[in-house]
Amino acid sequence: MGVGITVEHVNAFYGKTQALFDINLVFQANHATALIGPSGCGKSTFIRCLNRMHETIPDARVEGTVRIGDLSVYNGTSATQLRRRVGMVFQKANPFPTMSIYDNVASGLKLNGFRNRKQLDEVVVRSLNSAALWDEVKDHLHKKSGASLSGGQQQRLCIARALAVQPEVLLMDEPCSALDPISTGKIEDLIFQLKEQYTIVIVTHNMQQAARVAEFTGFFLLGKMIEFDKTEKVFRKPSDKRTEDYVTGRFG
Amino acid sequence: MTSIAVLTVVLVLLPLGAIFAYLIYKGAGSINWAFLTQTPKPVGEPGGGMANAIVGSMVILGIASLMGVPLGIGAGIYLSEFGRNRYGDIVRFVSDVLNGVPSIVIGIVAYGLVVLRQGHFSALAGGVALAIMMVPTIARTTEQMLLLVPQAIREAAYGLGIPRWRTTLSITLRTATSGVITGVMLAFARVAGETAPLLFTAFGNQYWNWKSDQPTAALSLQIFTYAISPFDEWHRQAWAGALVLIILIVGAVAAVRFAVRHGTLAGA
Repeated sequence: MGVGITVEHVNAFYGKTQALFDINLVFQANHATALIGPSGCGKSTFIRCLNRMHETIPDARVEGTVRIGDLSVYNGTSATQLRRRVGMVFQKANPFPTMSIYDNVASGLKLNGFRNRKQLDEVVVRSLNSAALWDEVKDHLHKKSGASLSGGQQQRLCIARALAVQPEVLLMDEPCSALDPISTGKIEDLIFQLKEQYTIVIVTHNMQQAARVAEFTGFFLLGKMIEFDKTEKVFRKPSDKRTEDYVTGRFG
Repeated sequence: MTSIAVLTVVLVLLPLGAIFAYLIYKGAGSINWAFLTQTPKPVGEPGGGMANAIVGSMVILGIASLMGVPLGIGAGIYLSEFGRNRYGDIVRFVSDVLNGVPSIVIGIVAYGLVVLRQGHFSALAGGVALAIMMVPTIARTTEQMLLLVPQAIREAAYGLGIPRWRTTLSITLRTATSGVITGVMLAFARVAGETAPLLFTAFGNQYWNWKSDQPTAALSLQIFTYAISPFDEWHRQAWAGALVLIILIVGAVAAVRFAVRHGTLAGA
């Protein structure tokens, strides 16, 4: 089951440059929340603060409090522990190129020391099913490399890989930006189903996509969160002028 | 443009082809069962072979690889994954200098480190000398190959909660395997024919020796000894020895390549 996320007074930096300014926000469990905004507005930086990927960049740091369920992200939890409960799907599909499809999906469990062959098999089948990829790859799970799949399939493989470690939250950083409309449609359908079990945060450039998949939407501009509300409200009746300008296409 | 490319390929392959052809012309006639199974005969007696040197070379190269490959790969991992700083720069500089040190000097180092301490020449000392020569090549190629692995692959692993050390070994290194192996084979092929560092480490031996702490024959040493001798029979054997050495190197490289290719997936 998904868990809620609470973000309080988060500031993020790259060296001396501040990229996020005092972000406060609550993500509802088992809902999808979209983060929109023009390029460079900090939405990707923000999503990477939720699973401590931000700090893997040299000189980058985060201030503030993030709680995911009962877990305090920046206090008393190791980054590896946290990331097993918070899955991430990246902008560009990044399957492990030298691993088979099976090993890609099983990698999160295997490389964390999980060895039970039978249970691994079950997890792989279940994850590939959840990612709507099973029918397309079931005949060559062990023979083909993850990199031999098409772009859309690779992205769904990455989703399956993230689901295999049974996270509570799924972070998606522009998961469809490199995909054609059909693959995009498949992944959006998937997000709809995954909401039942996971809390989803999706960063997107595509406002129609935000409107289609997310119940809540946050609008970022220049490192600040300008508006956060029900998706319908953000798009139909934004309370901030800057949000209105952006969603109506007057800038960005 | 194409013709220039073809011409350069020919120019590059020509010396290799010429060496190989000349070795076969000079050496193939002297390779027979006795050459491959017997130890050298005293001067004046016909026949005999280099069996002990062939085995000795394999033992010395085995010892060298056992020490040099893990050390080189380890250093390469450090340089690429943890050494993007001043310490890394120092290691890189030292490694490049070491790469340029004449091999006979490295022989002297191994002499001081191992031979003086043990009190006699040995396969181990020869192995240490060659291992020292392998490290910089392997370290630098490993570093380059690991740097070619996209950051996105490492991020994917971190995102799954896989610890950094595990990511480095099971994801990054595994993704770069074929390049790293190329570096290892380059280093191996380079030291396999080395003579100078073995002169006062492995020293050579006219008889069978199965102990790693005793003076040991090596093909390159045997070729050297026979080539500077005044005897025609020994000259012929030196040519044969050179041919066998090259075949062994090519065989080892081909075997490793074959093994790697068969462990690789379709589309990888």
